[in-house]
Amino acid sequence: MGYFLQQLVNGLTLGAIYALIAIGYTMVYGIVGMINFAHGEIFMIGAFISLIFFVVLGVLGVTWLPLALLLVLLLAMALTAVYGWAVERIAYRPLRGSFRLAPLISAIGMSIFLQNYVLLVQGAHEKTLPPMITGGFELMQSGGFMVSVSWLQLIIVGVTLLLMVVFTAVIQLTPLGRAQRATEQDMTMAALLGIDVDRTISLTFVIGAALAAVAGLMVTLQYGVIDFFIGFLAGVKAFTAAVLGGIGSLPGAVLGGLLIGLIEALWSGYCPSEYKDVAVYAVLILVLMFRPTGLLGRPEVEKV
Amino acid sequence: MSALLKISGLRAAYGQIEALKGVDLTVGAGEIVALIGANGAGKSTLLMTICGRPRAAAGTIVFDGRDITNLQTFAIVRFGISQAPEGRRIFPRMTVLENLQIGATTAAPERFDRDRARVFELFPILGERRHQRGGTLSGGEQQMLAIGRALMSQPRLLLLDEPSLGLAPLVAKQIFGVIRAINAEEKITVLLVEQNAHHALRMAHRAYVLQTGSIVLSGTGAELLANEEVRAAYIEGGARGAA
Ligand SMILES: Nc1ncnc2c1ncn2[C@@H]1O[C@H](COP(=O)(O)OP(=O)(O)OP(=O)(O)O)[C@@H](O)[C@H]1O
Ligand SMILES: [Mg+2]
Repeated sequence: MGYFLQQLVNGLTLGAIYALIAIGYTMVYGIVGMINFAHGEIFMIGAFISLIFFVVLGVLGVTWLPLALLLVLLLAMALTAVYGWAVERIAYRPLRGSFRLAPLISAIGMSIFLQNYVLLVQGAHEKTLPPMITGGFELMQSGGFMVSVSWLQLIIVGVTLLLMVVFTAVIQLTPLGRAQRATEQDMTMAALLGIDVDRTISLTFVIGAALAAVAGLMVTLQYGVIDFFIGFLAGVKAFTAAVLGGIGSLPGAVLGGLLIGLIEALWSGYCPSEYKDVAVYAVLILVLMFRPTGLLGRPEVEKV
Repeated sequence: MSALLKISGLRAAYGQIEALKGVDLTVGAGEIVALIGANGAGKSTLLMTICGRPRAAAGTIVFDGRDITNLQTFAIVRFGISQAPEGRRIFPRMTVLENLQIGATTAAPERFDRDRARVFELFPILGERRHQRGGTLSGGEQQMLAIGRALMSQPRLLLLDEPSLGLAPLVAKQIFGVIRAINAEEKITVLLVEQNAHHALRMAHRAYVLQTGSIVLSGTGAELLANEEVRAAYIEGGARGAA
């Protein structure tokens, strides 16, 4: 029982990170109907930027942890957002209105480019960061097993849920969110009513990238090891999470992310962990068989 | 009467297909101008080209003395042109109220409540349905919403593409009544595309006949209503298919 709970805690942490990346996939898919395959790489870049700024702040002597964390968070979000913006501007916008596969191919190209770019400037070696946020508390003692939750895990899950609530509110209640939904439903009509569609799409990429940067920072803090290739697998998992939850749905992305984290952790806890990805995709296939639009995806029932 | 909209030599094409072949058309401030023509004549294309989709291949569009031919679509609304386009294009997964809010994107925020109240006064059913999703409205309600949404930007020129299409005669009559009312009371200029040529010509100050991308006839509403060819092609013969 204790062991099970511990895996649950670990799974939720991992799942929260997937969820943050999945939000970016789902928002971009929602608005332009394309899978931004370079999004995993944006997350990887966010992780590198975080790590670099930790080192820089260390050199500059900013040692008070809360300040350092806040600075790295803001800087990583801002800089990664620039990457997200640039990817859309360079690789997708010129292809808007082209055939459907064009931006997809361009996205794969972008993804390969960004990987190699980081490989070139940072090298192939793993980069490590010593643990910065240590400690935690013991949740309970059960069956001779101590279930512990680290402060960091708490922060990761808390920040993810907070960001989900904030961005769901942004999309439901603000003019920007309305513009996003209008653009998603009918781009031409949105433009006819005065919405700057290009700007709205850019902002969506910027938000997605900023959230991926948060995920990058979390991974750097939680696991302490990153390299130029981490974007690939995380991207695939987060994309799976977005599909599982119902692509286009923001709460769906978070639910999907958390579920995949849980499946991975629980499977690894009891079964050969090499097969954990098989478990993830088996669940995905099962869900899609019974709910083709994903767990929280919307069935289309309007007359248009 | 000064020209609010002046279109000269306008051409537009979809790829190889030329849809407008040099259109000249003027809409005076305060007028209701009707544009009639057979299916595929290019009426919708003309309204959309005024808004920059598709972009004009040649010619100029001058609105209120300003050349808007090459402006971006979203910027054109700011000058005071809004459109209730063909097919209504309501945002299906947004409520009536949200559709109106999108319509007010370029309007001064402090005017929102007043403008919304005005739309609900013109179309009371929209007020009752304010929290219903656009996609679940009836065809007539969607048309009302399309017009109401276009009014939210406080346009000086309203472009209406077949507002009576598919509506029961009574609802169509209500829509025409509203068009007259906003023109008379709010001095909104209207460029109206209609299949229902009889109605359109009766309420229009002036009208144009568009045929395969070119203007072939123009005059006051009454003149065209009395014109033999127009009657044969678009009014009596209308049911049997226009020439
Ligand atoms: N998106 C498009 N792509 C290609 N051709 C188009 C497109 N839209 C319109 N056309 C063509 O342009 C011509 C004019 O079409 P348009 O929609 O302007 O006609 P219309 O006068 O509005 O007709 P209707 O009364 O049937 O609405 C037609 O031949 C049509 O096939
Ligand atoms: Mg038409």
